[in-house]
Amino acid sequence: MTTTSAPQEPTRLPLVKAEAEALGPSESPLREAWRHFRRDRLAMAGLCVLAFLVLVAVFGKILTEWRVVFDPAQVRLPDKLRPPLAGASELIAKDQLPEFGLYLFGTDELGRSVFARMMQGSFVSLSIGIVAVAISLSIGILLGGLAGYYGERKLLGFISVDTLIMRFTDVVLCFPTFFLILTVVALLPPSIFNIMIVIGATSWMGTARFVRAEFLSLREQDFVVAAHALGLPERRIIFRHMVPNALAPVFVSSSIDVAHAILTESALSFLGFGVRPPFATWGNILADGRLYIFDAPWLFLIPGFAILVVVLAFNLVGEGLREALNPRLRRR
Amino acid sequence: MWVFLVRTLLQRFVLLIFISIVSFMVIHLAPGQPTEVDPMNPRMKAEDVARIRKSFHLDEPLHKQYFHWVGDMFSGELKSFKDGQPVLPRIWERFLNSLPLFVCTTLIVWTASFPVGIHAAVRRGSFYDRSTTVLAYALISIPGFFFSYLIMLWVVKTFEIPVLGMRTFGTEQEPLIFRGMDRIWHLVVPAVMSALTGVAILSRYVRSQMVDVIGQDYVRTARAKGLAEEKVIYDHALRNALLPFVTIFGFLLPGLIGGSVIFEQIFAWPGLGRLGYEAILNRDFPVILTLNFIAAVLTLIGILISDILYAFVDPRIRLE
Repeated sequence: MTTTSAPQEPTRLPLVKAEAEALGPSESPLREAWRHFRRDRLAMAGLCVLAFLVLVAVFGKILTEWRVVFDPAQVRLPDKLRPPLAGASELIAKDQLPEFGLYLFGTDELGRSVFARMMQGSFVSLSIGIVAVAISLSIGILLGGLAGYYGERKLLGFISVDTLIMRFTDVVLCFPTFFLILTVVALLPPSIFNIMIVIGATSWMGTARFVRAEFLSLREQDFVVAAHALGLPERRIIFRHMVPNALAPVFVSSSIDVAHAILTESALSFLGFGVRPPFATWGNILADGRLYIFDAPWLFLIPGFAILVVVLAFNLVGEGLREALNPRLRRR
Repeated sequence: MWVFLVRTLLQRFVLLIFISIVSFMVIHLAPGQPTEVDPMNPRMKAEDVARIRKSFHLDEPLHKQYFHWVGDMFSGELKSFKDGQPVLPRIWERFLNSLPLFVCTTLIVWTASFPVGIHAAVRRGSFYDRSTTVLAYALISIPGFFFSYLIMLWVVKTFEIPVLGMRTFGTEQEPLIFRGMDRIWHLVVPAVMSALTGVAILSRYVRSQMVDVIGQDYVRTARAKGLAEEKVIYDHALRNALLPFVTIFGFLLPGLIGGSVIFEQIFAWPGLGRLGYEAILNRDFPVILTLNFIAAVLTLIGILISDILYAFVDPRIRLE
């Protein structure tokens, strides 16, 4: 029943669909969500871009650091600011020639190949986005879960866990986020890990409030009460029964958060607080490229449009997921 | 109502104290001393550093420094680390610079996004709807400074209007009307650029809110009794869709400081955001702390305003 009634392709007849819905859940929620997601052409395009990006990032890491084919740090002063697809000049030593003797995306002010730097930067930018969001999700889920589940316990006799955590969240929410990130990044020693940590540590508040609200409503639901009645240990109730139910929407919004983190990184680079050399990120290639906007526009345009496409893809996928997972938002 | 006001004001006040303590800790516990800004300067001797540290109370324990800061801030005697000038007048001066930019940006955002969003919601699934969707996502996804630089180049080449700073140099002697026009020209591009992301986000939100409301039963009833479509959309649907925007409106105020750093830096606009940026570069703790504090106050005021507005707009809500 479950497999036969699930149509292999999205049905176009509203009647058949209505009938199928009237029969009750005939396919798993995930499959149903995927069916809706697949119909959203923008989101599917975004997903393809992201798959491609992951490939580029992995190959970028391999080809620029482990088996160096494209060397992002190779300085070739005779060939500085060459346009895209320009060949290498004869002044370059044999072992310093770019792959195929050609600068695919041109070169920057030191004659480094922009293509190689973009390859290296894709991994760094992507990992900044993902690690920052992972940090913010862990803090948010931990604090929100604690406040939602153990909220009524008293600490020191007069203040409840819920009050403590949620008032702390309010305090952090009152800071202007970007200004706070800027302050902390400027005061800390510059490193790529600090930027990840700071972006993550200043963006968990929404997740925390959301998870708390979910936990508060889940705690009253029958299956959790039943789990309590069965005498399951709390650990198991929280992690096996409550967390999976609270998390789907959180993970959906995390896709949009990754997009936001990548944009924040590029904004920090623009203000001069970004990732320091030798790491190349798309943000700092873009920020450095603006100095040569008249002489070498490709230094500015290539990373700019790359960021635009990738962030757009993250946003579209996030929005598509949100619509697919939330039955109320689906197009009827 | 009055009980509610007094109680929230008290709560907010306690919150504010905690905010000031946390921001003080964050800034003072982070590595790096304000006296280390220029370590290579040969004329800075150890005793000079000690003298400077003493004059700004930097040699005292942290909790004493905190009370010095709070006391100085409220008595208006807070001095910048960098040049010893009083902080509050400078913030006020920068605030007056930021204000026109902020007001223009806000006006553009709120007047542009509603027509766009409502139109998209009414013609859901049409070409207009889909193209504004893609455009809005593109505007949200583009790095602000990248887009601004492209637009700046284009604007300067085609219209030859000035884009950097607040006024053209050497126009102080010109007649008032000329200076006024000059100011407005300088304002246009920064205001539009910093409004675009806001328009994109808010119009999406207006659209989803309207779509939600148009699907409701009372809208169908209004149509069924033969009301004109315009009346249905603007009187019945829009009114109910407006409610959540009261909350968003409250969150506008802190944007005066935090939201403007990038755009003020791009357009060389001497406002609050840039003041903060310069203070961060100089490790000018009193300025950073005071700006942070003001931002927190603005946030709290914004939330309070939206709470009260909500009670006025939505009769179902009572403030208790």
